[in-house]
Amino acid sequence: MSTFRSIVFASVISGLIVGLIVTVVQQFGTVPLILKAEVFEKAAETHQHEATPQPAAAGHDRAGHDHAAHEHGAGDHDHGAGAWEPRDGFERNAYTAAANVLTAIGFALLLAGFFALRSGATGASVRWHEGLLWGLAGFAVFTLAPGVGLPPELPGVPVAPLLSRQIWWLAAVLAAAGGLALIAFRRSVPAAISGVILLILPHLIGAPDLANIETNVPSSLSHQFVTAVTVTSLVFWTLLGGLTSAMFARFDQRA
Amino acid sequence: MSQSQLANATTPVTLPVAAGQVGRLSQAVMAMVLGVFVIGMVGFSQIDVVHNAAHDVRHSNAFPCH
Repeated sequence: MSTFRSIVFASVISGLIVGLIVTVVQQFGTVPLILKAEVFEKAAETHQHEATPQPAAAGHDRAGHDHAAHEHGAGDHDHGAGAWEPRDGFERNAYTAAANVLTAIGFALLLAGFFALRSGATGASVRWHEGLLWGLAGFAVFTLAPGVGLPPELPGVPVAPLLSRQIWWLAAVLAAAGGLALIAFRRSVPAAISGVILLILPHLIGAPDLANIETNVPSSLSHQFVTAVTVTSLVFWTLLGGLTSAMFARFDQRA
Repeated sequence: MSQSQLANATTPVTLPVAAGQVGRLSQAVMAMVLGVFVIGMVGFSQIDVVHNAAHDVRHSNAFPCH
């Protein structure tokens, strides 16, 4: 079996399993908090637009985001009142499950790509334990590093323009990945120092933020959400790292 | 010419293995690019419909949303 096929098979199977498990975990952690926050979000929305009632289709992605986006003039996406969105309940959760599976497959493809490179270089397959460590690295790179500057946000909490946050998020992720790689694989003092500097750099520059934030969403809810997201992500990454490495080693050996 | 220089000169003998590694490298990179594309679509695409479908996942993964 070609390396590419081994990577894809291993990623699809692990992504499917981990995506579905995480969907269940989210139902007890992040999703109830999102739904609670949307009550505040909608209440604020009705209050703001009493004079100009919004079409009912605005749904859970209140049209308020439109205004934020337009005010910032960042060319952000438009939650047009007519845009399709899943109905609350089963449909919404089904799309969440699908998106979770796809996200897990995407990250598994990245992980398995590294496993292929690593086992190609060392001659020995990456065992589940090493894979779990790679998963922890993924947690550090994709959750901790961007989360320090851009903590997980609930709907209804005002945030800086989308594009600037996406750019900073990507910069933080790349810097963290590069920094960790320098420390883990170069094993020299200058490399370690530049690695740490690289890890810190995006935070010295600072994430895009609003000067003053006014929201009806209680801060206790936001705090719970940060905890829920971080713990769920830890479950996601450790499972994905361990499972993907075990799967990839199986498929790759049969090659 | 010393023994070690000779040894260095003969290292290209491992060329077939190296060529195999290149194939592995390009396939691994291809898979990783595919992974980045999938994550980008689910987590970062600004298309309304994609955003609304993946809304809860974006918030749950702390991807920048809205």
